[in-house]
Amino acid sequence: MTAVPNAGAAAPDPAAATTPPAAGAAAPRLWAPYLLSLPALMLFGGLLVVPLAMTVLLSLNSFGFYTGIQDVWQLGNYIDILTDGYFHEVFLRTFRIAVSVTLLSAVLGAPEAYVLRRMNTPWRGICLLIVLGPLLISVVSRTLGWALLFGSTGLINQGLMAVGLIATPIEFMYTETGVVIALTHVLVPFMVLSVWASLQRIDPQVENAAVSLGAGPFTVLRRVVLPQVVPGILSGSIIVFALAASAFATPAIIGGRRLKVAATLAYDEFLNTLNWPLGAAVAVLLLLANILIIVGCNRLVERRYKQVFE
Amino acid sequence: MTRNGPLALTFHVLFLGFLLAPILVVCVVAFTPEGYLSLPTRGPSLRWFAAIGNNPEFVRAFRDSLLLGAVSSTLAIAVSIPAALAIARHRFPGREAITALFLSPLMVPHIVLGIAFLRFFTQIGLGGTFAGLVLSHVIIILPFALRLILAASTGMDRAVENAAMSLGASAWTTFRRVTLPLILPGVASGWVLAFINSFDEVTMTVFIASPETTTLPVRLFLYIQDNIDPLVAAVSAALIFLTVAAMLALDRLYGLERLLVGRGQE
Repeated sequence: MTAVPNAGAAAPDPAAATTPPAAGAAAPRLWAPYLLSLPALMLFGGLLVVPLAMTVLLSLNSFGFYTGIQDVWQLGNYIDILTDGYFHEVFLRTFRIAVSVTLLSAVLGAPEAYVLRRMNTPWRGICLLIVLGPLLISVVSRTLGWALLFGSTGLINQGLMAVGLIATPIEFMYTETGVVIALTHVLVPFMVLSVWASLQRIDPQVENAAVSLGAGPFTVLRRVVLPQVVPGILSGSIIVFALAASAFATPAIIGGRRLKVAATLAYDEFLNTLNWPLGAAVAVLLLLANILIIVGCNRLVERRYKQVFE
Repeated sequence: MTRNGPLALTFHVLFLGFLLAPILVVCVVAFTPEGYLSLPTRGPSLRWFAAIGNNPEFVRAFRDSLLLGAVSSTLAIAVSIPAALAIARHRFPGREAITALFLSPLMVPHIVLGIAFLRFFTQIGLGGTFAGLVLSHVIIILPFALRLILAASTGMDRAVENAAMSLGASAWTTFRRVTLPLILPGVASGWVLAFINSFDEVTMTVFIASPETTTLPVRLFLYIQDNIDPLVAAVSAALIFLTVAAMLALDRLYGLERLLVGRGQE
C-alpha cells in the first residue's frame, strides 16, 4: 500500500509547445496520439475495465453452500448488506476507524509539516527523508513493528508498568485503538506531504509583513498560515481517509480475525467462506464510496478554495 | 527563516520517535539470540538472519518478488513512454479521459483490484500464475511510471528533436538518440518507483498469488497471521535495510522530495 495518490498535484499541463501540424502530414498526426497510447489503452481496457465490470456482475449473482455461484441477476447481496446488523457493525467500524485516523493524521501531520518548513537546510532534508521514507517500506514490516510494541509483554506495556503508570497491561492488539494507532503511523506521511506541498506555495514575505505590522507568533499562525494550508490539510485528509477506509494488511494483523473492517470482510468472504458474490458486493460498495469521496471532496475543495489553486 | 521554539522541537522529536519506533523495534528484535521474541540483551546475534537462508519458502518468495518487480516495471515503462509522449505533445479529443483512465488505478482500492483480478484470472485460466501477477502489477504501478515520464517529456525542449529531424534523422533514430536520452532521468526514476511499489504490494497480491507463486510481502503477511516469531522480524529487518539502501540511491538520483511531492522537472 505504498501508493502515493497525490490528489493535490494535477497532471502537468502539456501540449502548450505542440507545433501546428504541416498540411501534408495532417492525417498521420491525427492518429499519432491514439497509436502511441494504444498499447496502454489495450492493457487498461482488457485488464482494468473488464475485470471491474465482471466484479459488478458477480456481485449480482447469488450463492448457495451446496450449489455454488448461481448465474442469476438479483440485488440480494446488496439487500443482505443493507439489512443485516453484522454488516452495519463492520461498515460503521470501518468508518469510525477511518475518521479517527484522518483526524489524528491532521492533528499530527499538519504541525509537523510546518515545523519542517521552519528548519534549516541540512536538518530539513534529513528530517523530511525520515518522515517520507516509511512510505517506501513495506506496510507489513511497519505493522509487524506495532504488533511487537503492542503485545501484552510488548515494549509499550513493559515501559508503562516500569514507570508505574499502569498496574496491568493495556490490551492494544485486537482493539480499535491499536488499529487506529498503527494505521495513523502508516498514513500520516501522506498528510505531511500534502500540507508540505501547500506550504511551499506560501510567500514567506506575507508572514514577515504580519509580524512587522505587530502580529504575535500565534496570531500569524492562526490568521496568516492556517488559512493558506487548509486546502492542503483537506486534500491530505481525502487521501488518508480513502486509504484508511480500504486498508487491509494493518487491520488484518492488528485487528485479528474478530475485529473485522470492510476490506478484511471482503477477504474472508472470498478466501474463507467462498461466498464470492457477497464479497464482490462489499468490494463494489467500497469502490463506490471511495470514488464518491475522492471525486466529491476534490470538487468541493477546489471550488471552495479556487483562488488558492490558481 | 525563523527557527522553531522549544515546544515545536519537542513535538518534532516525539513525532519522529513515533514514526521510527516500530521500524527500529523490528530491526533490534531481529538480532535477538533467543528462540523467542525479545530484545538482544545478551548481545546481538545473526542467528535469525541465517535462519532465513534455511527457509526455502522465504528465499523463493524473495526471488519471485525481485523478478516480478523487474519484469512488471519494465513492461510498465515500455507502455508508458509512448503514452506519455502522446499526452505531453498532442491535443486530441479524449486526451483528458485517457489520462484519467491511466491514473485511475490510484483511486481504486487495492482490495477491490485483488477481487476483480482473482475472478478475472480464474475465468481466463491465468489464476495463480506468474503471468497473472505481472499483468496485475503493471496496472497498479503504471500511474507512478507515467507521472514521472510525463513530467520529463513535458519539460523537454523540442527544438533539439526538430534539429535532428531536419538533419535527416528518421523518427526512430530521433527517438532513440535524442528524445530517450533527454527523458531518461524521468524514465529511470519512474522505473525505480514502479519497482518499489510492485515489491511492496500486498493487499492485491494476496488474492492473486498461489502457494507456488507468491511474493515476499504476501508470504510474510500469511506467516504473521499464524504466528509472530523472530524469523519474521529478521525477514522484515532485511526488507527494511534493502528499502533504505534503495531510498538513499533514489534520493541521490532524483531527490526523494521531488519524487514524492510529485513536482516535475524544476
